Parts: sequence; C-alpha cells; structure tokens
Amino acid sequence: MKPVFLLTDFFLFAIVIAAAFYVRYVLRSPQLRANWRLALQRPAAGVSAVMLGFFLAIALADSLHYRSAGPPDPKTGARAWSVETRSALDVVLAPLVAAQERTYSSPLAWLAFKKETFERHGQMVRDFPRLKHGGAHLTGPETQWGGDVARRAAAGLAGGVAAWLLASLLIVGALARQAGEPIGQMLARIGRGGTQYPVRAMLLAAGGLSLAIGVIGGLSTGYHVFGTTQVGASVLVAAVKSIRTALVIGSMTTLVVLPLAVGLGITAGYFRGWVDEAIQYVYTLLQSIPDVLLIAAAVLLLQVKIDTNPELFETALERADARLFFLCVILGITSFTGLCRLVRGETMKLRELEYIQAAQAFGVRASRILTRHILPNVAPIVVISMVMQFSTFVLAEAVLSYVGVGVDPKTYSFGILINTARNELSATPVIWWSLAAAFVFMFLIVLPANLFADAVREAFDPRARLRSITDRKSPAPA
Amino acid sequence: MFAFLVRRIAYGALILVGINIATFLLFFQVNSPDDMARLQLGGKRVTAQAIQQWKAERGYDRPMFFNAGAEGTAKATDTVFFESSARMFAFDFGRADNGRDIANEVARRAGPSVALALPVFIVGLGLSVTIALGLAFFRGTYLDIWGVTVLVAMMSISSLFFIVAGQYVLARVLQLVPISGFEGGVDSWRFLLLPVAVGVIAQLGPEARFYRTIFLEEIGRDYVRTARSKGLSDPAVLFRHVLRNALIPILTRSVVLIPLLFMGSLITESFFSIPGLGAYLIEAIAAQDFAIVRAMVFIGSVLYIVGLILTDVSYSWADPRIRLQ
Repeated sequence: MKPVFLLTDFFLFAIVIAAAFYVRYVLRSPQLRANWRLALQRPAAGVSAVMLGFFLAIALADSLHYRSAGPPDPKTGARAWSVETRSALDVVLAPLVAAQERTYSSPLAWLAFKKETFERHGQMVRDFPRLKHGGAHLTGPETQWGGDVARRAAAGLAGGVAAWLLASLLIVGALARQAGEPIGQMLARIGRGGTQYPVRAMLLAAGGLSLAIGVIGGLSTGYHVFGTTQVGASVLVAAVKSIRTALVIGSMTTLVVLPLAVGLGITAGYFRGWVDEAIQYVYTLLQSIPDVLLIAAAVLLLQVKIDTNPELFETALERADARLFFLCVILGITSFTGLCRLVRGETMKLRELEYIQAAQAFGVRASRILTRHILPNVAPIVVISMVMQFSTFVLAEAVLSYVGVGVDPKTYSFGILINTARNELSATPVIWWSLAAAFVFMFLIVLPANLFADAVREAFDPRARLRSITDRKSPAPA
Repeated sequence: MFAFLVRRIAYGALILVGINIATFLLFFQVNSPDDMARLQLGGKRVTAQAIQQWKAERGYDRPMFFNAGAEGTAKATDTVFFESSARMFAFDFGRADNGRDIANEVARRAGPSVALALPVFIVGLGLSVTIALGLAFFRGTYLDIWGVTVLVAMMSISSLFFIVAGQYVLARVLQLVPISGFEGGVDSWRFLLLPVAVGVIAQLGPEARFYRTIFLEEIGRDYVRTARSKGLSDPAVLFRHVLRNALIPILTRSVVLIPLLFMGSLITESFFSIPGLGAYLIEAIAAQDFAIVRAMVFIGSVLYIVGLILTDVSYSWADPRIRLQ
C-alpha cells in the first residue's frame, strides 16, 4: 500500500490545520472569542455546524488516498502499484460499488426498470428481469419484499439510535464533568435549553443524522437505496462521493480568494498612489470579463494543456484532480474582486485614524503597521465574506459542470451527476432518483452553510447586531 | 458631465485594451495555435501538414506580434495579434473555427436572448423589491421571520433545480406550455413564459434578501426617526422616504446588468433550446471553438463597461446631490 497525496488532498488537510490554528488564535483573543460565542449560541448555527462537520468528516475520509500493490512485473519481478487510486471512503463503499447492475433500477427495487427478453423456465419471455444485486437474496420477492425492507430499515434504525445514545451519553458525561455537576442535572439542564451553547439542538441534529445514516445503511445491505444510474452504478455512491468535490470547491476557492483579496486590497488602500491605480486597474479588468466567460476560456485552455501533456499525470484520478485544483484557482481569481474592493475601502478608512498616524509618527515600518494594526481590523469583513461565499462556490460548481467547464467528467460531483441525468425526467416512465439525490444532497450542504454564514455575519458585523436588536424592539406595524 | 463621460469612456477603452491583450496571451501564448489545431482535428494522429493547413485557413500561421518579412505598416498589421485581436475594436470578429461569420451570428442571436432576459430582469427586479419592501414593512413579525426563512431556503437550492422542476411540472405534467423551443414573432410568448418564470424564481431568494437588508439599514437612520416623529404613517415613510433613499444600492446592483442582458442566460437558453447568445456560447464551448469564446469575452467586457458608465449616470438621476465631475 502506497499513500497518495493528490493536490487537493494536500490543500484540504492544509485548510483543516490552518483552521485549527485559527481556533487556537480565537481562544487566546477575548474579542474574537466573544464574537464566535455569539455566533455559535444560535441554535441554527449549532445545527449547521453539526451537519457541516459530518460532511467534512466524509470529505476528509475521501481524501485519504492510497494505491494498493498490483501484481509484480512477470519479467523483472519489480513491485508495481495498482493504477487505481482508492480512498478510505471507497473501502467503506466498496460493497455498494461492487453491486453493479446492468442499467437503471428504481430505489429499493428488486426488478429491473425496463423489460428485457430472457429465458425463464426454459421459455423465452419479455418481462422485468430480477436485479443482479438489489433484492437478490429474496426467494419469493412478491410476498417478502415489504417485510424485508421494513426489517432492514428497523435494524439500521436501531443501530443508529444505539450509536447516537452512546455518543450523546459520552458528550453529556464530558460536559457534566467539565461543569462539575452530576450527570442527571446536566441532562435536565440540556433538556430545558439552559446551556450556553445550543447543546440540545445539536444533539437532536446529530440524532436525526444518525437515524438517517442508520436507515440508509441498513437498507444498503440488500438494496440500492437511491436506485442506480444508466450504467447501473449506485446513485448513493455517486452522491456521497460528490460531497468531497463540493467541499473542496467551496473551501479551496475561498483559500485562493483570501490572500489575493486581502493582500492586494490592503496594499492598494494603504499605499495609495500608483500602487492603488495599478491594483484597481487589474481588478477592474478582471471584473469586466463576465465570470462564466473567463472561467470557460481558462478551463478550455487548461484542458488543452492537460490533454497535450499526458506524461505529467500518473493516473486518471491525478489528471481529474489537477483540473479540480485549477478550477478552484480560476474560480478564486474571478471572484476575489468584490472582497478586494471592500478591503481596500476599509483600509483607506483605517489609515486616516489617529492610532495609525501615531504608529507612523513613531516610525513603525509599513509592513508592521499593515500586519499588526490594519489586518486585525479588516479581519471581521473578511471572515463574513468568506463564510458567505462558501455556498456560492458549491452552487457554482454544479452550474459550471453542467455547462461543461467545471470539473472533469470522470470526477464525482453534483454538477456531473445532474448533467448525466439531464434527460431522465423526459423519459417514460420518469427516472427521477439521480436528480433528486443530487439536489437533496446539495441542499443539505448549502442550507447549513448559509445559516452558519448568517449567524457569523450577525455576530461579527456590529451594524447587523444593532439592527437585530432594534428590530425586536420596534413595535410591529399593524 | 460631458468631461466625466469622456474620462470614463477613455478609462473603459484602456481596460478593453488590457482585456484584449490578456485574452490574446491566454489564447495564443499559453496555448499555441498548434495545440488548438491538434484539438480541433482530433487526437495525436494528426500530420504536421494537416496542422499547417488548418492554421493557414485561419491565418494563424503568421508571426504573432511583428512581421519582419512584410513591408511598411504590414509589419504590424499582417500578424496574428492584429488580425484576431486588434480588429475586435472595430467589432470585426472574423470567422468562427467552423467558418461562419461571428458578428453576423451574434446579431442574429441577440434578439431571442433579449426577449428572454429583459422580462426576467424587469419582473425579477420588481418582484424582489416588492417582496423586500413587504418584509421590511412587517419587520420582526412572524411574516418576516418565515419570509426570510423561505428566502434562505430558496437561496440554498441550485438554480438547475428550478429549471428541471419547472420544466417537469408545468410543461410535462400540466402541459400548460411547450417544453422547449423558440419561435420568432407574436407566438414567442408561449415559449418564453416558462423560462421567464424559472429565471425570476431562481434569482428571487438572494435578491429579495439583499434588498430587505438594504431597506432595514435605511429604516435605522435618523431621517426615518424624524419622519416618524413628525407623525408620518409607516407606509408613507417606507414608500416615500426609505424606497427613495435605498435607490442607490438598488441601482448599483441592477443597472450594470442592463447591457449584459444582450449576452443572454447560459443555462436557461440551453435547457429550453432558445437560440440566443448563451446557447451560442455553450455550443462554442462544447465544440471548443476558441474564436467564438474570444469574441464573446470581448463583447461581454464592452457591455459591462457600458453598464458601469450607465450606473454612474443613473446615480446623478437618483440623487441630485451626486454630481459627475
């Protein structure tokens, strides 16, 4: 087994480590700690954090890539590595991937979706054939199917409940110990919502999540829970694998935007003069080209580069990954201008304040003024716009992949899933499950991201906080 | 005002020159014409002769910036840069890689694009501002809270979903409108109804929520308190004062889009088979036709710059205190 680090793996883990450092920084700074506490005190933010944490865990498990040992070379006897790169998540999903059908099958089906001509009891008939894997264990499916589905769902549900209870007990125990209370008292306090953070809402969200996972997992032992695609692959696998792509796009693009927007914005706003003119020229230029066009042009050219230099990539996955990486870079370059303009304006305001002038009078170096005095003060607007952009990027990926300038067609992503299923709704009977799975999963990622962003914005933006207070106080109009 | 316009147009031209050079570098230096030829002719089994012929047909076999072999001004004009980029300033886009005249095609397709994009823009703007005003009017009540919740949920739904679902429910199940297609003239409304409705709904979430924030910000200002304390009714304050003062951010967001309406909408057009510029671009991307993409980048940038100038002019109309100098 040989571990493989793809470009995006590397950056995804780098982002997680950077986030850990940011958390440590927040914990040391009373002002930031208060802001984040305010954000996380909202139940919506707590629930969103649980959901996003779950998706992040899946994405990270899908980012631990390795290549297993292939058969040794028959002549030289040298060890060869399998051309297929797998991730830790692939190991979990392996049984579902192996249960490949021939073509479409609807969710939880035991019969194929289309009639075929085949031999039954020595006679050629035209009927719906049995599926190779879905419900293959049933001997008399007509009578057994309902009971079997219910039994498997119940078993999965029980497993989910058990896992949730165990985890909750551990968490409540840890909380009780930290607060120095008996566990019963802590439980009662959580139950009536008397904790500082919305523990009750978070535990309930985790409960809902583990029930859903339990049921899906239980049913997956014998059926295709979300049906299969045209080539007979499980839709569930495609949807789960797409989570990583969505999060990579959302977080890595943010990572590209951050240094560009903050670096250029601060420099332009602080130094003014020709530096300001030059930076303004660059971002006006970038902004003038409609985003989709710039992305389309860049991705088309990138694809030419990838196609003409196949020797740069060892496996197909590496090639697809390089495209994903550069898509994030391009998306970042097209979308840093808005934040850059904001940071520039804010810096221009800050540099006229007395404390900056005092620092200048003391002879503090410009680089130090920028990092020590300006940067911390533009940080709130940067944090706000970063969390708000995350969901935009996730949604943008689907549109771009649909147009054909998004990720590589072999990558699992919601856009690709929707693109391949685009004509299925006009089929008779309707094939709805691929599209439904893609849209539901996307909604489940983007909605928490939006709610979380809202909470962060309200906590970090003093004007917004003020407004929400005055909102509540102003008498409602009749 | 006149001096201002001249200066803005001059700066716009400067930006366009930059865009032109940038796209040229992107399309001809990052990728050589040889790469393009190989891609168009398909795969690696292409003879050098075929590539040479492909380049000669399109004039890509000339020197890039400077033709030392030519006479007089032809030294500069008989080059790939002049032929393919500099000529764009005269709106001469040359031919697509498939041999058709691009300017002609663009002119023909702009009509359907505007027919779709203009109603989406007007209805969408009107509806989001109305909803935002309504929510601001009922701020802090359950109506506001639930309205915002619905808007956030709508924001979280992919725009592709609205297209797919709208097409399925309205055109297939209820059979109220044709599923896709386009026809010029009076009958076009039947084909446009569904795409327009989908376009409006898809942008409603983020737009209405944005305008609600703007209105709430205005409501918190001193002049609103003054207006209330002198006894004006809530609707009078909202419609006469708040709306008027919130015009600037509304104009900032919307006026710049007006010229871009000619560019059409990428996804909607291709989904509903409307032969506009958005669909043209998608076809060009699928066929990897770089000449069309390059021309569209140029047209899009020109329209955006026109939009920026229009925005500034509209400010002075909305707020007499703003003078363009």
